[in-house]
Amino acid sequence: MAVPILKQGHYLIASIQAALSDSDVLQLQDDLVEQVGRFRSRGIIVDVTALDVMDSFASRSLRGIAHMTRLRGAETVIVGIQPEVAFAMVQLGMSLEDVHTALDLEEGLAFLDTQLKEPADGDR
Amino acid sequence: MTDEVLVHVSSDADVVEAREKGRELSAELGFSSIDLTLIVTAISEVARNILLYAREGEIVLRLDADGGQRGITVVARDDGPGIPDIEMAMRDSYSTGNGLGLGLPGARRLMDEFEIESEISKGTTVVMKKWAPDRG
Repeated sequence: MAVPILKQGHYLIASIQAALSDSDVLQLQDDLVEQVGRFRSRGIIVDVTALDVMDSFASRSLRGIAHMTRLRGAETVIVGIQPEVAFAMVQLGMSLEDVHTALDLEEGLAFLDTQLKEPADGDR
Repeated sequence: MTDEVLVHVSSDADVVEAREKGRELSAELGFSSIDLTLIVTAISEVARNILLYAREGEIVLRLDADGGQRGITVVARDDGPGIPDIEMAMRDSYSTGNGLGLGLPGARRLMDEFEIESEISKGTTVVMKKWAPDRG
């Protein structure tokens, strides 16, 4: 199932709704890297609140999204990693240490606002 | 107890199915939500390994009892190329595929028991277990 991407001002918000297959993750990667250019986005939020499992492939791909979009001039924040998922990721050896994370969407938006020193258009 | 579920793995949708079936079955044993997530993550790793290295295979999920203790056993087997050097494959950050090299060693850390057998051009079988919390 494709992940819907919402454009809000200078930000793109990708909100994962259900279990992700590997191809869904790769599709999300492609879509975000492309849309950053199309919409001249400065920040990206990937909301993983709905994910009840994040294995090495998913973690590596999210990290890839953060790195690729940074090369395209945008900052990415991963928000909503569930406590159980955080536990499993650390056991697995995936720490996403060079990727920004925030507790939830609100914190993620606040982080991007401070990071980019300007509020998004249409910010609520 | 003889509850058993078999998932044939030949596409990434099957990996998702194996995870879901594993969560359903394990939930019957009263695992904590953290343990459930660890089990499901380990299933995901071994299922993906099947896809990456053998293209297809199967995952068997089984509820077991051993001397009153209950647990879930996950068997991942394929008829793929086999692993030439298991010791290497079990090392962190060693990968010959597209992975990060965390798959097998990661799965081992997530579960209580982990065994792997592999024979060149015959295939690979991983058997791993997690014991349910003791209910006294």
